[in-house]
Amino acid sequence: MNRQSLTVQLRRFQSLLALVLMVAALSAASPNFLTVDNTLNVLRQISINLCLSLGMTLVILSGGIDLSVGSVLALAGAVAAGLLKNGLALPSLNLLIQVTVPGAIVVGLGVGMVLGWANGVAVTRFKLPPFVATLGMLSIARGLTMLWTGGFPVTGLGDDFGWLGTGHWLGIPVPVWISVALVGACLLLTRRTPFGRHLYAVGGNERAATLSGLAVNRIKIMVYLLGGALAAVAGLLVTARLDSATPNAGLGYELDSIAAVVIGGTSLAGGRGSILGTVLGCLIIGVLNNGLFLLNVSPFWQQVVKGAVILVAVAADKAGSRRDH
Amino acid sequence: MNEPAANPHVPRPLLEARGISKSFPGVRALDDVQITVHPGRLNALLGENGAGKSTLMNILAGVFPPDAGEILLAGQPVRFKNPRAAQQAGIAIIFQELNLVPGLTIAENIFLGREPRTASGLLDAARMNREAAALLAEVELDADPRTPVGQLRVGAQQVVEIARALSLQARVIIMDEPTSAITRHEVAVLFRLIRQLKARGAGVIYITHKLDELKEIADDLTVFRDGRFIAARTFAGTSREEMVRLMVGRDLTDLFPKTSTPGTAERLRVQRLSLRHPGRPGDFLVRDVSFSVHAGEVLGLFGLMGAGRTELLQAIFGLHPRHATGEVWLDGRAVSPGSPRAAIAAGLALAPEDRQREGLVLSHSVAENATLACLAKICRYGLLQPAREQELVGGYVERLRIRTPTLRQAVRNLSGGNQQKVVLAKWLATEPRVLLLDEPTRGIDINAKKEIYTLVDELARAGLSVVMVSSELPEILAMSDRILVMATGGLTAEFGRGAATEEAIMQAALPAGKN
Repeated sequence: MNRQSLTVQLRRFQSLLALVLMVAALSAASPNFLTVDNTLNVLRQISINLCLSLGMTLVILSGGIDLSVGSVLALAGAVAAGLLKNGLALPSLNLLIQVTVPGAIVVGLGVGMVLGWANGVAVTRFKLPPFVATLGMLSIARGLTMLWTGGFPVTGLGDDFGWLGTGHWLGIPVPVWISVALVGACLLLTRRTPFGRHLYAVGGNERAATLSGLAVNRIKIMVYLLGGALAAVAGLLVTARLDSATPNAGLGYELDSIAAVVIGGTSLAGGRGSILGTVLGCLIIGVLNNGLFLLNVSPFWQQVVKGAVILVAVAADKAGSRRDH
Repeated sequence: MNEPAANPHVPRPLLEARGISKSFPGVRALDDVQITVHPGRLNALLGENGAGKSTLMNILAGVFPPDAGEILLAGQPVRFKNPRAAQQAGIAIIFQELNLVPGLTIAENIFLGREPRTASGLLDAARMNREAAALLAEVELDADPRTPVGQLRVGAQQVVEIARALSLQARVIIMDEPTSAITRHEVAVLFRLIRQLKARGAGVIYITHKLDELKEIADDLTVFRDGRFIAARTFAGTSREEMVRLMVGRDLTDLFPKTSTPGTAERLRVQRLSLRHPGRPGDFLVRDVSFSVHAGEVLGLFGLMGAGRTELLQAIFGLHPRHATGEVWLDGRAVSPGSPRAAIAAGLALAPEDRQREGLVLSHSVAENATLACLAKICRYGLLQPAREQELVGGYVERLRIRTPTLRQAVRNLSGGNQQKVVLAKWLATEPRVLLLDEPTRGIDINAKKEIYTLVDELARAGLSVVMVSSELPEILAMSDRILVMATGGLTAEFGRGAATEEAIMQAALPAGKN
């Protein structure tokens, strides 16, 4: 009688199996692949996409989509970098406020939350389709980044800030620690809190959620706000890693994060999926990029392969859910 | 009979289905059923909700294949891969939920998938509209074939479906409760069309709940119950009582276990509640409705489709804060909820009419659905406690006899009756003081119905107030302590227990000045 939960288990294993096979094949093909250094390297590389994808998973589970994460990443990083480097000048008051590293981080996160909140308000109060609302934000945040930076990178941010992106703790890169901590927080949020249940319910059947007394609009706004905050974390990590906030940072990243969510088996229709699936999706994309690089495959081919993987993953998922019904 | 009687020595059947079985996860929908359709005759397929009528129809239409059994079309075995194949073989189907594309015109809908083309391969719109106009004349629908279907009334849309069936030259036409949403005049037109179809030698399978309309059109009847074939008779030789007995399989009185009696304390009071029509200024969906419900009382609310029963419950439950006026009092306190959230906090619960769309998250588990409205109860330090959830939901599964393999089963895979019980579990878990039930037994099998009646009775005995909307008269009559009747948004009558008859209720439910 447990056929259904068995297929669910199998489906979860589908992407895990794919990852294991890829790792095995790459280990055989390249002696440089399965080393401690390279493994940490891959984990550090995916930490950016992982942060974005965690937020994207929450948004997609609630039945929405967030196309603005790449631009929010750029603006949050640029604002933090600009404040850190130049402080905040208020010429009318003849004042220059110096900003510390923690201050810059808080403001960067705040930028992400405000933009995410604005997405949420556009979707709920103004009833815009999430695709449209966040497409608008994609352009607005990118434009604001250009305005803030004048189109030039902000560089030379100091070692303290740089440690966020390049430092190690107990031999493991700081971005990896941060993304692992965020994965843990999101797991707890989705599996053990009423808010997590609520966002699944809103994505699964919004009408039923409303009739069950859930504060649907508040939940949605919160979800977009979290998505914005996680994009800001990614923005701080990118900026710290490069010691530079570039106006073009994060261009097209929303597509990579949607890809990771989808490969991880989360339904774009909302209500069905998991954080762990998304972690697997990020790992698959990261291992693929890294492996193809080690094998000297042209980056152009990498894109083709990544696209094919998305299609195969979703097709396999569909076949799995057909078996269920 | 107003048509020349069909030849009693019927030739070879047009369509014969034998030994058909079909299972879905959690339900055996059809178990070895059969049906035969003869040319020029209408076979009425009767059965309660959940009897398997719609499943059989979907199989005949090629929507999904049977697990076992064979279908003979004019003596030849057929197996349809998809609806298109069934259509090409001459089986047309008119679904209860109409299958038209609202944005396309009448003509485009009629010829969808087989549009006439010009020599160069482009759409021949002129010919399409011409042919569609001829078909519309035949079915007496006074409309331009270039009208988008979305602008037509439901009844007119039904007629378009029939025109489509005609244009397919269908030999077998299957209709699923075609009169459930159309006016009396449209019913008359429909019946005339059916007689024409029969006169041309087509066979019709006609699914309905309304036994009274059959005498005008039916020749044969087939009865299913709980997914099984019960009987096939000629219509003329079967009395109404016989039909009901075949459909229900037991005396109706067994079904209703009413033992509760209402208390004297007033629990819910609704005062001068009105609901403006959101789209039509000056029009009301509910007008000036006042009533009260006592503790432990079951109040039946009857009305025809469009009478405003569902809207009344929704307004009480805070779903229309912008358009509703009036007051709702609970235990002497004014609550007038502005949202379902506030309504639940005040002690109200609403089990909606369309449980799949409004009551449940279908892809989620029994446990997740059952606790959705009361998550705070299973939390500790802000975190959900799986053990508490198991205990809480397990208790309701046992008490309501929800048949599910595990608490983690997706509710999508449960039968209609068990889905409804999950909805009830969700609301009982909030410990409401007033339970609003909108068509609580629609589309569920007879045993589950009985269990739900028993449960409602138990709850009322324990002091819960219940407002039950239903369009099934026997159910309303047997379960209610008091019956209110609505028509066109207003209350038209009130009956005490025992004082009401089916005729009196029906009389009060008919809109004044119409028909």
